Amino acid sequence: MRFRIFRYDPDKDEKPAMRGYDVRLDPHDRMLLDALIRIKEQDDSLSLRRSCREGVCGSDAMNINGKNGLACITKLADLKEPVELRPLPGLPVIRDLIVDMSQFFKQYHSIKPYLINDDPVPEKERLQSPREREELDGLYECILCACCSTACPSYWWNPDKFVGPAGLLQAYRFIADSRDQATAERLDNLEDPYRLFRCHSIMNCVDACPKHLNPTRAIGKIKELLVKRTV
Amino acid sequence: MALAKRSFDAVVVGAGGAGLRAALQLSESGLSVAVLSKVFPTRSHTVAAQGGIGAALGNMDEDSWLWHMYDTVKGSDWLGDQDAIEFMCREAPKLVYELEHFGMPFDRNENGTVYQRPFGGHSQNFGERPVQRSCCAADRTGHAMLHTLYQRNVRAHTQFFVEWMALDLVRDSSGQVLGVTALEMETGEVMILNARATLFATGGAGRIFWSTTNAFICTGDGLGMAARAGIPLEDMEFWQFHPTGVAGAGVLITEGVRGEGGYLLNKNGERFMERYAPNLKDLASRDIVSRAMATEIKEGRGAGPHGDYLLLKLDHLGPEVIDKRLPGIREISKKFANIDPVKDPIPVVPTVHYMMGGIPANYLGEVVVPQGGNPEAVVPGFYAAGECACASVHGANRLGTNSLTDLLVFGKAAAESMIKFLKENPGRKDLPKDAAERTLSRLARLDNQKNGESVAEVATEMRRTMQSHCGVFRFPDTLAEGVKKIRGIADRASRTQIKDKSRVFNTARLEALELDNLVEVARASMVSAEARKESRGAHDRSDQYKDGDRLEYKPVHMKPLTARTIEPKVRTY
Ligand SMILES: Cc1cc2nc3c(=O)[nH]c(=O)nc-3n(C[C@H](O)[C@H](O)[C@H](O)COP(=O)(O)OP(=O)(O)OC[C@H]3O[C@@H](n4cnc5c(N)ncnc54)[C@H](O)[C@@H]3O)c2cc1C
Ligand code: SF4
Ligand code: SF4
Ligand code: FES
Repeated sequence: MRFRIFRYDPDKDEKPAMRGYDVRLDPHDRMLLDALIRIKEQDDSLSLRRSCREGVCGSDAMNINGKNGLACITKLADLKEPVELRPLPGLPVIRDLIVDMSQFFKQYHSIKPYLINDDPVPEKERLQSPREREELDGLYECILCACCSTACPSYWWNPDKFVGPAGLLQAYRFIADSRDQATAERLDNLEDPYRLFRCHSIMNCVDACPKHLNPTRAIGKIKELLVKRTV
Repeated sequence: MALAKRSFDAVVVGAGGAGLRAALQLSESGLSVAVLSKVFPTRSHTVAAQGGIGAALGNMDEDSWLWHMYDTVKGSDWLGDQDAIEFMCREAPKLVYELEHFGMPFDRNENGTVYQRPFGGHSQNFGERPVQRSCCAADRTGHAMLHTLYQRNVRAHTQFFVEWMALDLVRDSSGQVLGVTALEMETGEVMILNARATLFATGGAGRIFWSTTNAFICTGDGLGMAARAGIPLEDMEFWQFHPTGVAGAGVLITEGVRGEGGYLLNKNGERFMERYAPNLKDLASRDIVSRAMATEIKEGRGAGPHGDYLLLKLDHLGPEVIDKRLPGIREISKKFANIDPVKDPIPVVPTVHYMMGGIPANYLGEVVVPQGGNPEAVVPGFYAAGECACASVHGANRLGTNSLTDLLVFGKAAAESMIKFLKENPGRKDLPKDAAERTLSRLARLDNQKNGESVAEVATEMRRTMQSHCGVFRFPDTLAEGVKKIRGIADRASRTQIKDKSRVFNTARLEALELDNLVEVARASMVSAEARKESRGAHDRSDQYKDGDRLEYKPVHMKPLTARTIEPKVRTY
């Protein structure tokens, strides 16, 4: 199977280049990650992140034939040849398919991604009804892979000011939690021409999310709450 | 060459469930802490845990920590330490509540309490009937738990060293541990992280086998570092084969499927577990179910064109239950087995899953070694928790859900022991002159090696050897041959060659360094398996000790902290 892979090692290359690979696959190689491991067996200098190989750790996000996705759950059979692989767009490249995610995590941290509840803790669990708990479905499952944010034009232009879809999805995850008491503070934190309102509902993020989550809907809900608050 | 050095009160190696729970305790107590991880914390393999956390909350039916303790001791085939097991089962409810307070999105019952599901080997009233003890968030419990713990650490301003790989333990001549050497992946820089107390929480090592539910990063680094520093490993022959890995892919299908009512079938459509475990059936402990499956396959009742797998049926649960309680399983089955479990059974085989052995520790998380006449002398400044440690609560066979419990309980306990140690031992000892010597020579060897084999070649051979010589059923002659082979492979691993010499994020170098740890674990496992001539828990061999040649092992603690000893008896389910 044929591949064209973005290669760049700042230790020796002046500038990035696409390199071609033709690799013989094993019948057991089902996913793109399997093929990348094969390639790495031939050329140990190919650098990428990977860990769980089942789509739950969020390590191996990359741009695959123009679309962001996780290599480990992208079926080879579904890919057009030569398969073009590039690092996630819009983030600084460290090497080959490895990007610098610090800005992405900084935005995640900026929404205070933890439950805030200052009541004295009860002896047992805090109660939450199954209905209240359902509000968290489609939110808590995020694996912080950055497929969404790096597919978002607004994020490309303002990665330092716009929280981006991943961070906003998590902001809403805590707003939606019946146990969290900081909704007002969380909304204050987002009421800003850049942090939230750079989102123009283009929906690239929904398209890109390998976990089928819907950041646009979460962003819409935050916007609704802000509107409700002002009337 | 002198290395740059940074100093902390505590260094935690590993940011999975155990490392993060410990880090939280340390950060909140105001100490200076460095937490190292090969990957961003939420990418640690705890993220893949599916089925749940074991704790006797009693939300579904009556339950008690004593029953949980009994089940764990019995599950361990009486090889677990009863003091540590009591400690874990008593602390578990408190730590699960605490996790809930941190924001963990547990599933809920109508009355608002945490939902619990049945799991293998967990029973009511000392083995009478299954009990619902596994606290879960759908089939994404590990993900929910790891993210919650990470989030709580963000709140506590824990200092992370992300994508830093610890390479070797630093010990002085008295044996005290003074930190680690570590490599920053992005820059290739190597440093000494000097600590007054060091915790290993580096997770499992399933990657020594060909087929495993473990992630690529589960390479047993903590065990490798400990062994190279002269610390013997414990119970390494005990590897858990999980009954239900997706055939051909290795990806896990949680036991929660059987907890929710799924069951196993052979090619004749027979529910064969009724023959092997008439009481708990498909919810017997994992060693029993995996052996039953291997027997079915061996005796020609496996399904599929080659008769080499069995079928896990769950369509009778209906799409609502499957989508609500097991959504991740449906996703995995579609992706990795090409079937939709709402309609068809999942092809499954016993797959290497969990390492019961590890770095020997007591229930306080302190690492212990034999010294003089004392089989359990504490190594000052050194702690271990989670899958890399052997506390030992899992003995010869771990019960499902007990690892996540172990991470919380012993992660916290180890941190508390460290806090106490730091208070009682305020000074900082000098680093030995040769603190980084082992690391530097390993790195120099890799940089200069010529005409060596590739890392991938040697690793492949190791995995195949472990798989074929150290499987579900073990035989004296294949084990003896396995020992010879694995020693040869360890030798070859010390001569591997990498082509990539870049300083920047050199993953070839990382994989070579990981191989050093893998072979350490593989060798220990094979040698221990060859040496233990009895069948116990997950270790099944066709022969028995002959009179008089029984080995002397580290004594099992039969005396619990407060409860009465659970006396050994024949294990049936
Ligand atoms: C698919 C699957 C499902 C499971 N489901 C369950 C379940 O439902 N219930 C249950 O109780 N158990 C379950 N288990 C078992 C349980 O998940 C693991 O035993 C447990 O998560 C291990 O946690 P840990 O904190 O010890 O290590 P890990 O989560 O593996 O973390 C190890 C950490 O150490 C770091 N590290 C390793 N080496 C180095 C190094 N050299 N330098 C720096 N950092 C390093 C890693 O980066 C990582 O942060 C499951 C296991 C698997 C594989
Ligand atoms: S919907 Fe908003 S966040 Fe999503 S891609 Fe579009 S602009 Fe970005
Ligand atoms: S929302 Fe989806 S795409 Fe975005 S980081 Fe989370 S899992 Fe990845
Ligand atoms: S390797 Fe974990 S998401 Fe792909």
